[in-house]
Amino acid sequence: MSSEYCQKSMSTEIIYTVISLTAIGIIAAVVIYFVSKKFAVQEDPRISNVESVLPNTNCGGCGQPGCHAFAVAVVNTGDLSNLHCPVGGNSVMKRVADILGVQAVEKDPYIAVVRCSGSFEYRKKTSVYNGTSSCKIEANLYSGDTGCAYGCLGHGDCVDVCDFDAMYMDEKTGLPVIVEYKCTACNACVKECPKDILELWPKGKKNQRVYVACLNEEKGSTARKECAVACSGCSKCFESCRYDAISMVNNLAHIDPEKCKLCMECVGTCDVHNIITTNVTPEKLQQGDEQRLKHEERARKKREAEKLGAQQSNNEPPQA
Amino acid sequence: MSTELLTISPSPHIHSELTVPQIMRAVIIAMVPAFLFSIYNFGLGALYVTTFSVIFCVAFEYLIARYLLNKSASIYDGSAVITGILLAFNVPSNLPWYVILIGSAVSIGIGKMSFGGLGNNPFNPALVGRVFLLLSFPVQMTSWPVAKATLSLDAVTSATPLGVLKEGLRAGESVDVLMAKMPSYIDFFFGLQSGSIGEMSAFALLLGLGYMLYKKIITWHIPVSMLITIFVLTGIFWLSDPNKYATPLFHILTGGVMLGAVFMATDYVTSPFTHRGMLIFGFGIGLLTVLIRLFGSYPEGVSFAILIMNAFVPLINRFAKEPRYGAKRAKDKELETVRH
Amino acid sequence: MSLHKHKTFSIGGVHPDDNKLSAHTPITPLELPKMVIIPITQHIGAPAKIIVQRGDAVKAGQIIATHEGFVSSNIHSSVSGKVGIIEEVMDSTGFKHTAISIRVKGDEWVENIDRTDTLIEEIVLAPKEIVARIMESGVVGMGGAAFPSHVKLSVPEGKHVNHLIINGVECEPFLTADHRLMVEKPKEIIVGIKVLMKALAVDKAIIGIEDNKADAIEIFENLLVNEPGISVEALEVQYPQGGEKQLIQALLNREVPSGGLPSDVGVIVHNVGTTYAIYQAVQKNKPLIERVVTVTGKSVKQPSNFLVRIGTPVIDVLIGAGGVPEDTGKIVSGGPMMGKAIADLNVPVAKGTSGILLIPKEDSMREEVYNCVHCGKCIEACPMGLEPYRLLLLAKKGNHSRAKEEHIVDCIECGSCSFVCPSNRPILDYIRLGKTQLRKQKKQ
Repeated sequence: MSSEYCQKSMSTEIIYTVISLTAIGIIAAVVIYFVSKKFAVQEDPRISNVESVLPNTNCGGCGQPGCHAFAVAVVNTGDLSNLHCPVGGNSVMKRVADILGVQAVEKDPYIAVVRCSGSFEYRKKTSVYNGTSSCKIEANLYSGDTGCAYGCLGHGDCVDVCDFDAMYMDEKTGLPVIVEYKCTACNACVKECPKDILELWPKGKKNQRVYVACLNEEKGSTARKECAVACSGCSKCFESCRYDAISMVNNLAHIDPEKCKLCMECVGTCDVHNIITTNVTPEKLQQGDEQRLKHEERARKKREAEKLGAQQSNNEPPQA
Repeated sequence: MSTELLTISPSPHIHSELTVPQIMRAVIIAMVPAFLFSIYNFGLGALYVTTFSVIFCVAFEYLIARYLLNKSASIYDGSAVITGILLAFNVPSNLPWYVILIGSAVSIGIGKMSFGGLGNNPFNPALVGRVFLLLSFPVQMTSWPVAKATLSLDAVTSATPLGVLKEGLRAGESVDVLMAKMPSYIDFFFGLQSGSIGEMSAFALLLGLGYMLYKKIITWHIPVSMLITIFVLTGIFWLSDPNKYATPLFHILTGGVMLGAVFMATDYVTSPFTHRGMLIFGFGIGLLTVLIRLFGSYPEGVSFAILIMNAFVPLINRFAKEPRYGAKRAKDKELETVRH
Repeated sequence: MSLHKHKTFSIGGVHPDDNKLSAHTPITPLELPKMVIIPITQHIGAPAKIIVQRGDAVKAGQIIATHEGFVSSNIHSSVSGKVGIIEEVMDSTGFKHTAISIRVKGDEWVENIDRTDTLIEEIVLAPKEIVARIMESGVVGMGGAAFPSHVKLSVPEGKHVNHLIINGVECEPFLTADHRLMVEKPKEIIVGIKVLMKALAVDKAIIGIEDNKADAIEIFENLLVNEPGISVEALEVQYPQGGEKQLIQALLNREVPSGGLPSDVGVIVHNVGTTYAIYQAVQKNKPLIERVVTVTGKSVKQPSNFLVRIGTPVIDVLIGAGGVPEDTGKIVSGGPMMGKAIADLNVPVAKGTSGILLIPKEDSMREEVYNCVHCGKCIEACPMGLEPYRLLLLAKKGNHSRAKEEHIVDCIECGSCSFVCPSNRPILDYIRLGKTQLRKQKKQ
């Protein structure tokens, strides 16, 4: 009889436990529900709508601290001329504009370019760097383990910071390589590089770009001693450009991507082939060379005609 | 003059002699006296358990690092070997090999690698393994083998002095009666008692401590604060009622106190940085050990005490900082310039 | 209170081996090189403005570049000859800076410089004139920091200095330039101290010397018996005893507040080599154009202390010491703890170059790096009481605001943390990076 009693009290114990715990659970759920409604953060509903169309990579490429902050900024200003998500690009910004009911602002897509061609082959080492393998630390210590104080240090800080897996270090050259279809121009690698070798350039018509892959500002002879393909400041490319897109500053040629018409005439002028083109066919390059020669010929003839004309007007006998 | 390129690196260009592999080597050497004594006391069982433990620990570290984490395994720095030896030191010498295997897997896998490998674990890996085994295999972990001088109840297994004390007190016997059954203090000091492989000989452990202090591997702060705390606290209780509480000397010389003070609590990774932090840490371990021994249901409390204090180490590091240059002057900077 | 025989600083410190191989080698003048290359940035502050051009004839002691603003320094030709190319060259900082090269011809000095060895004890100039003379003579801190000395002596209004400390500690292993100067020119140094005391209007000066230079301590103790205001104090051999913050705390038990200067606690500190240069400038009319440089290292044939003209290429100094040993892996300008490794042997000796250390190949490469084992040795070693392991992590993650809160700017870059770390972690590399990034952030 006692065992019966035990069993009965055990099963009632269990029933009481189950009921009381369930009740506590239900009460807690109800309380939480009301609290969450009462203390909910009041936010413009458009913010979460905008946020849902963003890529949510939180890379900071837009200049805002994260995608949520970008959504807040966009909703608050209402004007999209200064706010652009480089990762999402024009397609995402169109959707954001639609949500806000404002005019979409189209921006040219950008991409990172590597402005150094100083690979192991061209740039000889002048010391053995044995410090921590980080470009920032080496740049803090001295001008680099090669003669060129402007060139890539090769430890890959840029690759480490890329959130989109769009960069890798080429083992053979010691230089970083941008994977075109993955780069979102978020600016992280540009900020990270202590030598400012990486720049953001417009992707260009048909994804074509022309740039001088060098930042060396030394005099020509010194620069070439440091790196076999350094820009010597010879200015031949500058002279060949008909659109005023190339400028020479401190023994270094610089192509302005906004002005460049992608005519390819300058490419052949560089004696070390350090004007780099992307996505340009060899035929187009040849065409550019031919055009350049044609223009040079025309210019030369013009100069001769002027000289002749000046001599005639001075009444000097023409030179045989 | 040589035409080879010169090396450039940031200063400093010289380094002190002490490196991690050397530290590990010195610790292993410090453990040798206790290891040799355990073979003398328990025979080849101690050798087998220690060897298996070391092999399993090193193997697990290599396998986990290589195949689970895809990192190169740093088994050459000796830390897995030390974990293996310490795990063995904390278990009886008649532990079956499959229990050692599980213990090694838990020590290395959970206690160390899951946190990120060397330097990242908050808890002492050997103790994590030991406590896991104690809770999962309570019988095997408390069947002590016959030692050279024992309090044998039967010919195959015997009890530790602390075990005898706890059981005896529960049964109502007084301390004097129990003490009469046990070896003398001299015997305890040299290790003629039963217990885990490494914990019996205070003498052998003190040799190890001396070596590590000489080589500047550890400082005196943790062992001394822990031992003094245990001595004083048990002393207070003993003085209050000598029939219920054993003497402080008994508590120091039996169980895992010496092993814990010398090897377990002084592990770099799981102990505080600063000297004052170490003193607090040692005090905490001592306090918890005494509480568990005197008022808890386990006869031995050092392992739990150390693990609990390991959890407090980040807090201790945060608040027990050494004085900073210029810190107090920053406050009375105003006064200084006025005074001149 | 202290268990030490002699005074020392109370927080941190490490004990690298002394290796004072050249401690008993007297100073010898180095043969004049064929050409000197004098950078215009040898000091903290604005680079000097060049006032000569290619082809000009110059004499030793003639000014060739003037200070640009107050925190700057005059630069003088250290030789006589003709000015050559003025262009950017690699110097001992590891970066290229403008330098004036001079082809050496003869050894003609500017007329009013007193080149004799006679001790001139009477100090005729008034305090302000002393500071002006020091400025004209281009004297900068010669312990390595190269801070313009006239700026240090121009104590701003409201700060009261009552103690002058002369830093004869030379705590860097291997270096012995200051030691030899103290042994060979003690009387001149004492006059230099009196010049400084007059300029600062203080009546108490202490010379701090580590007790591994017992001969120097004894010489000064004997000479200072009748000088009530000046005393010499022997200090424990501990690195970085010569750091001015540590030295002030060891000698006077005063701590310089964070971000502050020694003058905030009533002290001015000058290196003993600078004091000698000040004696020469004020009493002998000689600008700073030469200095003692220790050439040392385990593999060097004859570890020496040379009196070198500023601008002498390092290769000429090394040839004077028996050439560059075959097994040399690294060449350091300065001491092994804080010196800078150089790759180009044409780098010139500058005003702050205290020594050239040659390290054999087997000791020049760093060892394998392990994870931090939380041993706390770096915290124990840091003389500023910081937590280097934590500053490394914060700098690595780019958490600059937190690094600032944890006083990363207080770091004196002594290298004790990297020296002592058993895991060979490059702690100082990252702390320096953190400080640089913080400075850049501040500018923006």
